[in-house]
Amino acid sequence: MDFSFSEEQEELRKVVRSFLAAHSAETDVRRISEGAEGYDRQVWRRMAGELGLQGLAVPEEYGGAGFGYPELGVVFEEMGRALLCAPYFSSVALAAEVLLRSGDELAAKDLLPGICAGTTVATLALTEESGLWTEDGVSLSAARTGDGWTLSGVKTYVPDGHLADLLLVVARGQNGVSLFAVDATAPGLTRTRLPTLDQTREQARLEFEGTPARLIGSSGTAWPVIERALATAGILLAAEQVGSAASTLATAVEYAKARVQYGRPIGSFQGIKHLCADLLTELESARSAAYGGLWALQSGDEQEIRVAAALAQVYCSETFTRVAAGSIQVHGAIGFTWEHPAHLYFKRAKSTEVLLGSPAHHRELLAAALGL
Amino acid sequence: MMELQFGAEVEDFRDEVRTWLAEHLVGEFAEHRGVGGPTDGEAWEVRLAWDRELSAGGWLGLGWPREYGGRGLGLLEEIVFEYEYARSGAPYRATGNALDLLGPMLIAMGSEEQKQRFIPRILAVEELWGQGFSEPGAGSDLASVRTRAELDGDEWVLNGQKVWTTFGMQADWLYVLCRTDPDSTRHKGLSMLLVPTDQPGVEIRPIRSLAGQDEFTEVFFTDARTRADLVVGDVGQGWRTAMGTLGIERGATLLPAQLAYEREMDALLELARERGALTDPMHRRSLLDAWMSVRIMRTTNLRTVAELLQGRTPGAQATTAKLYASTNHQRMGHLAMQIEGAAGQIVADGYGLDVRQRSLLISLAETIYGGASEVQRNIIGEKVLGLPRDPKPL
Repeated sequence: MDFSFSEEQEELRKVVRSFLAAHSAETDVRRISEGAEGYDRQVWRRMAGELGLQGLAVPEEYGGAGFGYPELGVVFEEMGRALLCAPYFSSVALAAEVLLRSGDELAAKDLLPGICAGTTVATLALTEESGLWTEDGVSLSAARTGDGWTLSGVKTYVPDGHLADLLLVVARGQNGVSLFAVDATAPGLTRTRLPTLDQTREQARLEFEGTPARLIGSSGTAWPVIERALATAGILLAAEQVGSAASTLATAVEYAKARVQYGRPIGSFQGIKHLCADLLTELESARSAAYGGLWALQSGDEQEIRVAAALAQVYCSETFTRVAAGSIQVHGAIGFTWEHPAHLYFKRAKSTEVLLGSPAHHRELLAAALGL
Repeated sequence: MMELQFGAEVEDFRDEVRTWLAEHLVGEFAEHRGVGGPTDGEAWEVRLAWDRELSAGGWLGLGWPREYGGRGLGLLEEIVFEYEYARSGAPYRATGNALDLLGPMLIAMGSEEQKQRFIPRILAVEELWGQGFSEPGAGSDLASVRTRAELDGDEWVLNGQKVWTTFGMQADWLYVLCRTDPDSTRHKGLSMLLVPTDQPGVEIRPIRSLAGQDEFTEVFFTDARTRADLVVGDVGQGWRTAMGTLGIERGATLLPAQLAYEREMDALLELARERGALTDPMHRRSLLDAWMSVRIMRTTNLRTVAELLQGRTPGAQATTAKLYASTNHQRMGHLAMQIEGAAGQIVADGYGLDVRQRSLLISLAETIYGGASEVQRNIIGEKVLGLPRDPKPL
């Protein structure tokens, strides 16, 4: 473990940052998030074709570039900064990760190359009406039909569920929880886009009525795979949260330098200065939590990964929310308007805070990992 | 648990440190594992003897030049040593102030004669030092120092008062920031003088802290004298000299402290388990948050160490770390006493504090010394975020 990013990783950061500056500026974010499509297909293809971002950390045998999690974390951080509107988290942090963890070599060889190439948008459909990210929360039923399977029930709060070409669905059969691949065009599948508080990230409700599905891995053994994939996703989401928080704090600080009241820039008043200093202190601590997670993933130490993932999700979720709210406070009334970008970050903070389960849920995962 | 990998080239050195500590951290020294702190004088005599043991083993001044008795080693070895030292739980070094602040200041800015005269005696633990910076009217606002020194022939004559000098009762020498240009104000006209305490013009009195201890002192100079050449850096440039040492202070002390907090956290979880506090939802949450804060301190410090080892200027986390650590350590102390419950209201005879009472009370100083939290926030706001300075003094 070297606990710092290499020159190559910093170089990757620059490349991604400049790509996103050109393709995910505030005007792009507003256009896409308020539009019907949810993402810009052309940008998505260029992310895969020119930069290889979708397959960055996928091994080469599955069509990826074979880089590590620190590299992927850098990409998520930059996407968080730019509030990129795209099914990247769902395709890469959730779907690709679940496939990689599934141990189903055939499925990985079939399905991962499309994700890496940017031709398949994929997601994980886990949560149901209860909104729980636990094994108990899975009730959608899987039934054996001849030599195949069909699914019946409802999934909701599925990130990019209506955009995805490939749905990885967690369902319950007679011998427990299994993972299935469902084609978006499969019969008996009804997808409804849900209007989201955070318009930069799409969600959908999926209804399955005897929908044919392909079993991934072996039947009844999926939960440890899901749990492990969620740990990775939690760490990558934490990196994204850190990037977003850093961006909105930087905007607030620039405003505090420029905005004059009582004849002085407001950032010269300790009321504002100390708020900004506290937010930076929290942000740097969140950075440690997220980066610690990336390095844990790289180390492959399973106990360390469980601990680091839970910590990163609790701390980065809560910090992003505090920083995003603090940024609105520093901006004053202008920060309360629809036109100002501060609310885009605040809403992203609120959605990511519970996207993979609430901080309370992750505190309990931490307690379990520590044996408390 | 993830650790910094130091690389094969220092493995021999690491073994040497571990072996020496295993052989020497025994008996009375081993009984005082984890004892002491920057402002904690507990078991002073044992710790001073331990410092001399370290000195005899050649473990003081690892990065200092060989010609003055140091080992001339690099930052990597220093960090490896501090890491292993903290892991062993060896007592906090009694002469930490001279080793961490004065020594590096002399090496950076002292004259050749000063280095030869003082550094070997610091390393031999023959002369003990106290810091004379703060005054009754100059705390966070150090530039308002009023203690005066005037040249009288080949000697400086000092008059004034210093306060909060840690371990002043034991000090043989003081390094004193004083005003050598009587017409100057603020940062100008200050000089850093080295002053012997064993003279009629220096009176040192203990100040009892709220923990019932006498580590702090106040120092009165009444026509106290010191040689004209005992100025560190140039006359009138004392502010620069002083700021150099404060920079060192912030960087050096966090790694050992954080390992000590990890041990405290382990003990707190043990106590919580015994008292059944883990099943109380509020305590459970607070304990998890405390655990997280200590883990975050660890990663933050490792980030800084890794950047230093790569020869890079550490990022913002190096500046925010002190505020985060001191605030969260205090919070942990409050939590520990809440979990201790009713028994925490009682002390032993002679105001004898248990480990949790002591840790909490002493932690109240951590958000004050080495730059109070409010000063830290100004530094973070202005130096890191580039926010405009506060209004000028009236």
